Amino acid sequence: MPIDVDAAVISNTRLSDDYSVVALAAPEVAALARPGQFVMIKPSRGIDPLLRRPFSIFEILRDSRGAATGISLLNKRIGIGTGLLYDVVPGARIGCLGPLGQPFEVIDPPVEAWMVAGGVGLAPFVTLAEALKARGTTTRLFYGARRGSELSYVELFEGLGVGPVLATEDGSRGARGLITAPLGAALAAAPRASEVRLYACGPTPMMRAVAGLAASHGRRCDVSLEQVMGCGLGGCYSCVVLTRTTGGPPHFVRSCIDGPVFDAADILWDSLAH
Amino acid sequence: MDLSVSIGSLTLANPLIAASGCFGYGVEYADVVDLSLLGGVAVKGLFLNEREGHPPPRIVETPAGMLNAIGLQGIGVHRFVREKLPELRDRRAVVIVNICGTTIDEYCEVARILSDHAGVAAIELNISCPNIKEGGITFGCSLTGTHDVVSAVRKVTPLPVIPKLTPNVTDVASFARAAEDAGADAVSLVNTFLAMAIDVHTRRPKLTNIVGGLSGPAIRPIAVRMVYECRQAVRLPIIGMGGIATADDVLEFMIAGATAVQIGTASFVDPFLWTKLLDGIRAYMTRHELTRLADLTGTLDTTKKETAWISS
Repeated sequence: MPIDVDAAVISNTRLSDDYSVVALAAPEVAALARPGQFVMIKPSRGIDPLLRRPFSIFEILRDSRGAATGISLLNKRIGIGTGLLYDVVPGARIGCLGPLGQPFEVIDPPVEAWMVAGGVGLAPFVTLAEALKARGTTTRLFYGARRGSELSYVELFEGLGVGPVLATEDGSRGARGLITAPLGAALAAAPRASEVRLYACGPTPMMRAVAGLAASHGRRCDVSLEQVMGCGLGGCYSCVVLTRTTGGPPHFVRSCIDGPVFDAADILWDSLAH
Repeated sequence: MDLSVSIGSLTLANPLIAASGCFGYGVEYADVVDLSLLGGVAVKGLFLNEREGHPPPRIVETPAGMLNAIGLQGIGVHRFVREKLPELRDRRAVVIVNICGTTIDEYCEVARILSDHAGVAAIELNISCPNIKEGGITFGCSLTGTHDVVSAVRKVTPLPVIPKLTPNVTDVASFARAAEDAGADAVSLVNTFLAMAIDVHTRRPKLTNIVGGLSGPAIRPIAVRMVYECRQAVRLPIIGMGGIATADDVLEFMIAGATAVQIGTASFVDPFLWTKLLDGIRAYMTRHELTRLADLTGTLDTTKKETAWISS
């Protein structure tokens, strides 16, 4: 059951000209959250923008005894709502409704978990990496962005024992080019007998390419899709994704309650707006 | 303090109804809202058969509002009575089923099926969806079409029949009158305003459907005016809607002439708003020494205002 919290902003740490991490005091939401779930955020009390915005839960914040105290959001300034969030100051109050949506299936050993993130698509993978580590699952991160300054929290993943493979389009950090190149090489090099589960989040073309690589190497891939959402609760039917059905025509399902995590093989990628 | 209101033979515990198309089939909200506390739940529009609706993007925000072109995706009446109605009944929701059709026969068939199942309190006729070409709006934009579909459904169901009117006409009051003449038990208004938004960089429409329906606070003053005009034209109970987000908004619609109201877009932003609205209404009733909320309906005072600063 989701909770709506008028959460105080604890901090707003700017990572670059576009990215920031906003920490919110929301212990009730944090305590319930599972990897891959999201919250609906209302960054201002005004009516422009009118609706909430979906955000992956980036981190679960904990006190020194390990009790959940809040969550953080990885924000990229794109429109009005994300611009307001980029500029919030500590002490401000922000509506935070959640946790919502279907979480990732956290895989157990001996299956390896390979996470593939593009830009702000890193957001769901901190909590997933922590959950995988708790289960002792071997985890890798393939993380790409346009430039090195947009690669964040690499050290955090190193601290979790996840050796990140990096790529940037301008070559300023990691391999030059798209992250799908090193991912493809790693998939080709992985022993046939090994079991690998892919998890992908990022721009639609990236997720589509990762889904294609996974399929060609016979690996299952779960994707976390971001669609334009009205309510986050299944009420408005805005955030639909066209999926395959067994024996029937394709069907629109709501990414807020049936997702945001989907088996990539179920998605009709041509239908997704880029 | 009595918050109950009457829509024909139907008595609602309070005037707040979740608007059709904004609340799924109601069951989606059962975790966050005690459905029995609402005056009613108007479930998503149902055709006889399942429908997929329009490709996304289906919504876009505009200042103080949003456009939608969902295209009436839905599970059809058969799956509704099998999969959703039992839970709504168990949760003691007052269920108003919004029905659609491409022909008058389809409206009648859906109404007949619903009338055979316990747990349906009323039927709202969707003759006003701006987002589909066939059916619906073609009835709602013609006085004879409105009259014909209302009178046909009236004959096949004992349930209260409530046509939902479109604001996309020159004179909405004449449509309320046509509905009244055809035997409607109430009218609900307004559905969304036909609108569009364009991405200037790509020169493409922001909605796949090109046009969509505008809802939210942006339309509220127009909707209030239309409720007021209908109040002058008909004796039927009016269910008012359009951008309601606060208790004052509810009261404004009631004073303009609404017996009950529907809330849609605002519940996207705050799914917990229902109890806040009820608290606000009760506070107003206390302040204005109102024991029966129903007495507020249509109490707009348009008498010439005295020059109060002289007398007091």
